[in-house]
Amino acid sequence: MTIPRIVGAGLIVIGVGVGIGRIGGQAMEAIARQPEAYGKIQTAMLIVAALIEGIGFAALFATAEN
Amino acid sequence: MRNTLLVKLFLVSTILFSVTVFAKDTEINSEETKTDLKTEIDEYIQHHLKDSHDFSLFSYTDTEGHEHHVGFPLPIILWDDGLVVFSSSKFHHGEDVATSGDNHYKLYHEKIYKTDANGTINYDAEHHPSNIKPLDFSITKSVMMILITGFLMLLLFGGLAKSYSKNNGIAKGVGRFFEPVILYIRDDIAIATIGEKSYQKYMPFLLTIFFFIWFLNMFGLTPLGVNVTGNIAITSALAILTFLITNFTGTKDYWKHLFDPLGDSMPWYAKIPLYIILIPIEVLGIFIKPFSLLIRLYANMQAGHIVIMSLIGLMFIFKNWIGSSLSFGLAFAISLIEILVALLQAYIFTMLSALYFGFASEEHEHAEAH
Repeated sequence: MTIPRIVGAGLIVIGVGVGIGRIGGQAMEAIARQPEAYGKIQTAMLIVAALIEGIGFAALFATAEN
Repeated sequence: MRNTLLVKLFLVSTILFSVTVFAKDTEINSEETKTDLKTEIDEYIQHHLKDSHDFSLFSYTDTEGHEHHVGFPLPIILWDDGLVVFSSSKFHHGEDVATSGDNHYKLYHEKIYKTDANGTINYDAEHHPSNIKPLDFSITKSVMMILITGFLMLLLFGGLAKSYSKNNGIAKGVGRFFEPVILYIRDDIAIATIGEKSYQKYMPFLLTIFFFIWFLNMFGLTPLGVNVTGNIAITSALAILTFLITNFTGTKDYWKHLFDPLGDSMPWYAKIPLYIILIPIEVLGIFIKPFSLLIRLYANMQAGHIVIMSLIGLMFIFKNWIGSSLSFGLAFAISLIEILVALLQAYIFTMLSALYFGFASEEHEHAEAH
């Protein structure tokens, strides 16, 4: 039995969602602790989120048919 | 009094509406037309995502069944044992064979193939055309948008620079909008990631790439129907520029970090087994960094276009007022998010490029603790 590709795409989205969600949540916590470091935390958050997103898209392309 | 009138009007219009909806429902309710519509929408989205050889804004079929295309043709430039130039109007939107001199060309899935006078396209076993493909240097829709954006940026920022010298260094007009953006890129992207010492030589590239991507992303959201940054060739070209600049401006420390990351902290015989693993990873990293840049921008813009167009396509599948208003609302919300994404992707591309330049231009006073 073969697992359909769309299941893989769903798993990727779950993984990326959990990852970016954790980054966002932790960044919120960090900002609450140190509101004066808002700018720096936001920049770091965006970079890490972008890195995860890049991997996620690469994986999604791998699951895409043909 | 007025309120009751409004309520009556509303009721009447709702009833009328639902009547027409039901009338249409019985008309299209067979399963076959629905799948036809779906493939049609799918093809339309696929067509939109691709580059095209003419600039068509929209097309419609009139009551007599004639197809009309609103737009204008673009020049076709081919290299086929000599330069071949003609207008894309000769293709008649892919329906006709274009003849130039003794050669005949046919458009098939937005690619130009050399054919005989009747425009026959031969297929191989995998249903790919086996005709000869001449080298295509045409001014396509994307190329035209790139030229327009380049020209716009030249005018805008050239004029901005002149207005600064005229007004004793005070921004005027549109400069009041762009000055904070440029200062943000300088202070919070370039200086923060590259450092005071060598940020200046990277500034022209960072500013250019930021505004180029931002403007093209924004053009992609207009009804012009262009999808430039959602084209993998263009994002590849941008990422290759970042790759070349990173590696050609790399300092001695950058290369030392790649090929001898442990430095003097270990004797050479202990480093050998580690380096068998470490150096291939570091070398792969050089290529993976720009690759992730190009995939991110391409996939983000492509995905945004697909989502908006699918939501608009829902309108034609539902064909009732609940579905239509729902898809309109969703498409509107996604469009607003896309405006944010257009800026965010330009920012992230610039930010990560600056980060890689920062790695390349690092010069630390070595010897002491790493």
